Amino acid sequence: MPTNAPTAAHSLSDVAASDSTLRRFLHGLPGVDAVGLEARAASLGTRSIKTTAKAYAIDLAISMVDLTTLEGADTPGKVRALGAKAVHPDPTDRTTPATAAVCVYPDMVAAAKEAVAGSSVKVASVATAFPAGRAPIDVKLADVREAIAAGADEIDMVIDRGAFLAGRYMKVYDEITAVKEACGTDARLKVIFETGELSTYDNIRRASWLGMLAGADFIKTSTGKVAVNATPANTLLMLEAVRDFRAATGVQVGVKPAGGIRTTKDAIKFLVLVNETVGEDWLDNHWFRFGASSLLNDLLMQRQKLATGRYSGPDYVTVD
Amino acid sequence: MSERLSVLKTYKLYVGGKFPRSESGRVYEVTDSKGKWLANAPQSSRKDARDAVVAARKAFGGWSGATAYNRGQILYRVAEMLEGRRSQFAREVADAEGLSKSKATEQVEATIDRWVWYAGWTDKIAQVLGGANPVAGPFFNLSTPEPTGVVAVLAPQESSFLGLVSVVAPVIATGNTAVVIASEKSPLPALSLGEVLATSDLPGGVVNILSGRTAEIAAPLAAHQDVNAIDLAGADDALAKELEIAAADNLKRVLRPQPVDHAATPGIDRMTAFLETKTVWHPTGSLGASGSSY
Repeated sequence: MPTNAPTAAHSLSDVAASDSTLRRFLHGLPGVDAVGLEARAASLGTRSIKTTAKAYAIDLAISMVDLTTLEGADTPGKVRALGAKAVHPDPTDRTTPATAAVCVYPDMVAAAKEAVAGSSVKVASVATAFPAGRAPIDVKLADVREAIAAGADEIDMVIDRGAFLAGRYMKVYDEITAVKEACGTDARLKVIFETGELSTYDNIRRASWLGMLAGADFIKTSTGKVAVNATPANTLLMLEAVRDFRAATGVQVGVKPAGGIRTTKDAIKFLVLVNETVGEDWLDNHWFRFGASSLLNDLLMQRQKLATGRYSGPDYVTVD
Repeated sequence: MSERLSVLKTYKLYVGGKFPRSESGRVYEVTDSKGKWLANAPQSSRKDARDAVVAARKAFGGWSGATAYNRGQILYRVAEMLEGRRSQFAREVADAEGLSKSKATEQVEATIDRWVWYAGWTDKIAQVLGGANPVAGPFFNLSTPEPTGVVAVLAPQESSFLGLVSVVAPVIATGNTAVVIASEKSPLPALSLGEVLATSDLPGGVVNILSGRTAEIAAPLAAHQDVNAIDLAGADDALAKELEIAAADNLKRVLRPQPVDHAATPGIDRMTAFLETKTVWHPTGSLGASGSSY
């Protein structure tokens, strides 16, 4: 695989000096070979992961899930139930690892925090006028501060896709840095690009670099609210971006595909992508996450199948 | 004019309204009663069984929620489609069971009549099995039969078509969905039945047909936690015992193999085997001091 990293690290220090230097840098990134990217993502999806490797992959995937509920109808009760599930995904088998985090709207952070208290499970909150991101910057920052004040460990922000697509990269950059500043040192920042709305792979590569340059701790594919969410191809592209970014700057950035990953098989395909693209350094829930809700139930059913030898069914996992 | 090249048929599984090959890629040779090769049938694996259960579970809500009248119409439509393919099934049954052409046609006609018979039962079974119960209290008490859920059906090994329909039709007539394992030796009529079902308004996934080694496919189905009942018609004694033990784990309903004369009128036993009774207590009685009531 060719790397697309700029050769010298110092060349990155001043790319955000002005709108034009940023644009020149982002448009100077090599174009994406769409056919090659999709072919590679597809070929990595054909690996056969069985028995002990599968058991390892399932437990790893469970530990990487950001258990998500982002509905208008969320209630404190639903969030509490989700929190309990995140801490003990399978109450009948306490060897099941806890999930990485629960992901909720800012006003549910307090309820979520209470539900996962005393466990390793973090509370992530979407913010910045999720999912559209169409609000004044002051409102977005207030949204972030509210979430952090309520105890959020992680903030999932959305970029202003309108500004990005219009070519106003500096506006997007400034927003991310402002939100990063609001997050302070305690909360990790995930930046959602909504890849389904960025139209091209070139744009996804540019957005990834833009987000990382602006200080994202994680880059995340999508909100889960549009037709096209995480796909193996766009996740592979983002994994290549974080690999190249670390090569250029020494800074490691996490990746979170979100939306549309529903089965264990899909999840394992993504883990193969991670292992083959960025390696074991990222095979940890500090650096790779799945944004999902129904995925967890399928992982649990597969885990039960491996443990008992019998196919499990939806009657044996929680309905949420 | 040159002689035509023969067009051989690829028999495929019927799962979730589609016609997949076996996930395993395997096939096995199917021969007629005299050992002459007829076709290669897919040899299903446990993953095909799992996929079929997922399809059947997905179809259950819609099928069990459809009105009994609607189910009856759809089953009758199946009979109509079968009628149009009589000669094809007669040939397949004749090959499979070593019958003469007229005997095979007779079998196929009996089979179509069996569909029609069960189609008629869909909106009558509730009146026979359910009803108002007399209770000593101010309650209106009703019992109604409800489908059990996903039923794994091991089709009879000998009667490849009449026997098959005699076990599948009663399962789906009452609103269950079925995962059917065709006769191991002669699966072709069953696989062709899938083509009929696909063109008869029957929602995909209500009937899923697998061919292959009965014991291999039945074991994961009997142990599957998301299968609610199993009909062991096509199992021999040793296999039936093994499957019944596996089925006990999630308290599946089990219908043990029993000698059946498929030519006789079947009665409603096969339908009642996969029905649960739901009883509802609705309060009635006086509404106020004046003693008025419903």
